[in-house]
Parts: sequence; C-alpha cells; structure tokens
Amino acid sequence: MDVGIVSYGAYVPRWRITPVEIGRVWGTDGEAISRGLNVKSKSVPSPDEDVITMSVEAARNLMKRCKVDPKDIGAIYVGSESHPYAVKPTATIVAEAIEAAPDLTAADYEFACKAGTAAIQTCMGLVASNMMKYGMAIGTDTSQGAPGDALEYSASAGGAAFLIGASDIAARIDETYSFTTDTPDFWRREGEMYPRHGGRFTGEPAYFKHVLTCGKNLMEIAGTSPEDYDYVVFHQPNGKFPLRAAKMLGFGKEQTTTGLLSPMIGNTYSAAVLLGLASILDISKPGDRILAVAYGSGAGSDAFDITVTEHITELRKDPFLLVSNMISGGKFLDYATYAKFRGKITLAEGSK
Amino acid sequence: MAIPRFWRETPSRYNLFASKCGNCGEVHFPPRSVCPSCHRKSIGRMKSIKLCGSGNILSYSVVHDAPEDFEMQKPYIIAIIEMKDGVRLTAPIIDCDECDIDIGLEVEASFRKLGQEGKAGVIHYGYKFRPLNTTPPEK
Repeated sequence: MDVGIVSYGAYVPRWRITPVEIGRVWGTDGEAISRGLNVKSKSVPSPDEDVITMSVEAARNLMKRCKVDPKDIGAIYVGSESHPYAVKPTATIVAEAIEAAPDLTAADYEFACKAGTAAIQTCMGLVASNMMKYGMAIGTDTSQGAPGDALEYSASAGGAAFLIGASDIAARIDETYSFTTDTPDFWRREGEMYPRHGGRFTGEPAYFKHVLTCGKNLMEIAGTSPEDYDYVVFHQPNGKFPLRAAKMLGFGKEQTTTGLLSPMIGNTYSAAVLLGLASILDISKPGDRILAVAYGSGAGSDAFDITVTEHITELRKDPFLLVSNMISGGKFLDYATYAKFRGKITLAEGSK
Repeated sequence: MAIPRFWRETPSRYNLFASKCGNCGEVHFPPRSVCPSCHRKSIGRMKSIKLCGSGNILSYSVVHDAPEDFEMQKPYIIAIIEMKDGVRLTAPIIDCDECDIDIGLEVEASFRKLGQEGKAGVIHYGYKFRPLNTTPPEK
C-alpha cells in the first residue's frame, strides 16, 4: 500500500534577531559568527506564542490546504523539545483546536530535533496497517540557547505539520530508514531551562556520522544515487552543516538551496527538516524526487525517500500558506526586547 | 479564571463557536442558552454555529497601562471586531504595529496564549486577531 503526505502546513513567527545584534551585547564578533554559521537572522516567538500555539497554527494551515474531515484523523503526534507542559500533552490541545477530538489517539514525542520525523514514521505504520485513515505528525520548537552561549545565535522557533494517509497522496514516501546510537552530544536535564552541548563534539561523531550514514543507507535500500533526486533537505542546526553533508554525500548546490532555510530563520529544531521539506513541496513538480534526512541529538537520524505526485498542485492554491511568504517580512528586534520576549530577564517575585 | 470555567469555554475560545437563535436568527458570542430577544420562545431552539473567523475592526484602543498579567506585552492593542457573521467581539490584535492599526482593518483569528495561572499553573489558550494578509508573496 502506498503511504505518503496528503497535506502539509507551516508556521514561522513574525519576529527576527540577527547574530550581529546578539554579538553586540556579548562582546563577540557577531558578524564573524553569522558568517561562520551561515545564519543571517533567526526567528523569535512572541511572548504569547509557544509550541502549542505554533503547532495549532501549522495544523490549521495544513487543514486549509485540503478537504479532509478532521474527524477522519486517527492520531496526532507532536514532536518537540520545548513542550510548555512537562505533564499534559500538546497534542490534545491541537486535536481540540482543529476539531479532530475526541475519537483519536494523541501523544507528544521527544527526540531532540527529530521528534517530528519520528511522528511521521509512526503515522506511516498506523496508516499502512489500516488502523486509521489519516495520522497527523507535527514538529515544532521554541528552543533557547543560554544567554551568551553559542546556541543563542541560532536557536529559533517554527512549526510544520504533515498529514499522512493512503489516498490523494501529494508526495509518496517510497522508503524510510533510521540510524540510532547513544551519543551524548546535546541534552537538557529535567527542570533545566537551557540545554547543554558538547561543543565541537556535536559535529563529526554526532551530526555528520548519523546524517551521512542514514542518507547513504537509505539510498542503498532505495537503489538510488544523489543524481536521482531533484531536492535534498537535511537537518539544519546552522546554514553550514547541511551544505557540507550534502557535498559529502555527492549532492550539488542546486539540490540543496530550496530546503535550506536556516540562513534566514536559524535552527527551528524539531521543525527544521520539516519546514525545509514544506518549502520544497511549495515549488516541486509531480514526479520530483526528494531526499529528507532529519537529525536529533542523543542521537539518531530518520531519512525519507519521497516522490511528488500530481495531487501536489491542489495543495498550493493559497499563496499565503507558502513557507516563503512566512519567512519574508519579518520584524527585527533589539537584544533587550528579544530577552524580554524569551523570558531571559529575571523579574521580581510575583511578576508575570 | 477558574480552571472549570475556562474549560467550559474551550469551544468558543479555541474555535469561535457561537449560538444562533432558531426563532429570530440572531447570532450571539459568547454562546447563550437563551436568546435575549426571544426569551422562552428560543428555549430548545438555540443552535451552535462556528463563526467564519474574520471581520473588521470597529474600534480599538492601545493599552499602555496594562493589568499585571499583560505587563510583558504592553503596549498592546485591544479592539472590538465586527465579525463577518454579524456578531461583535472584543479581542487583542497581534502581529500589528500601532501605526498600522485602523478602524475598518480586516483581521482574522489566530491561536495564542491568553494567560497562565502563575509559573506552575494551567496555561490558557484561545483566540486573538491579526491583520488579514492581503499582500501576495513575492515570486
């Protein structure tokens, strides 16, 4: 049975800040950091936005594109490392807000930056085994870097939702493969506000080992090579890693540009590869082939071999739902306002 | 606000569910169980309807002296919105600069955090409105 993406929706908050502005406050060369990371600006959520609101916005944008009855959605899984509640699911609120409740299963996923793609794989299994007609997988984050930490220059916010089904498929998922190891490259302990990371350790043994192995193994399973793909999208913690991974696997710049959003909006964590994929689906033609490789610290990669079908054009009737529309026209913040928005300022007891 | 009260209002706060009188056709938001015009004639004839989600600003105010819960968001805009369905409601306007707000501006509902019961309490979500995007994206 063919299983794939029936609809998709994206959400990127309105606010931006530049690494140059962050560097100005911390006495570092923000321009050099911006160049080094290939991140010109990152998205910032409003004080009244969190993973729940952005997941709802992405899910509603998904529903606007298609004619699916929300009552036919049998599962909603939300992947994030910044769920507002430690106990109480984001997914139940999304289900209620898109009127899919109560006849469905819902849960939150956590696997650093790849919880959203893990949710897609779960939905694929549930749909392929005929347990349900549609499953919705969402990847959203509002992650933070500690003030002055290297992560602060790129950690941003965004969300993307994908509806997985077996009929009216707009992009068929031909193969999926995962590669998982126990690698302590990045973590956040229970109750801690900011994550910790292993500095340079996060590159070779973590991101590159998992992304390259997963991408290579998937192509072996699918019997494909880089030239068979029109587009490729990797997890993008910055604008440099995915370009290097693409080159090492044998992909050209023209295959990577469309899905590379981190230079404009930074690292959206669980949403990163999904927003990149949404951006590709926004312009791809029937028959186009896409390789998507997610990465989550801790560590693992999920890879997908995707073929776009003729139904894709039916999902693109509203230009306001395009990722490019959400990325353009961002409003830039100074660091003080950014710190206030992100709750980085310690307030007096009793203040909100 | 008490948790049960907010929970009871979830359909109207999340999805703008209103009531329509089966006798006179008047729409009410928040929903009512009895029509204030038809009284007992409306009993058992009130229907639940979903508002379309967009409308125009009828009047607005920019709040500079905010209540404690909204201190971090000031200055913010609060507006009376005339919905396309004919009903009026009051809501904050987001993603809009003070210089861009105007009477008649077309707005649409979005989903935002409304408040929380302290750091450890429940978080309340619901509608706020933002200017309707009318400029097509650059190609």
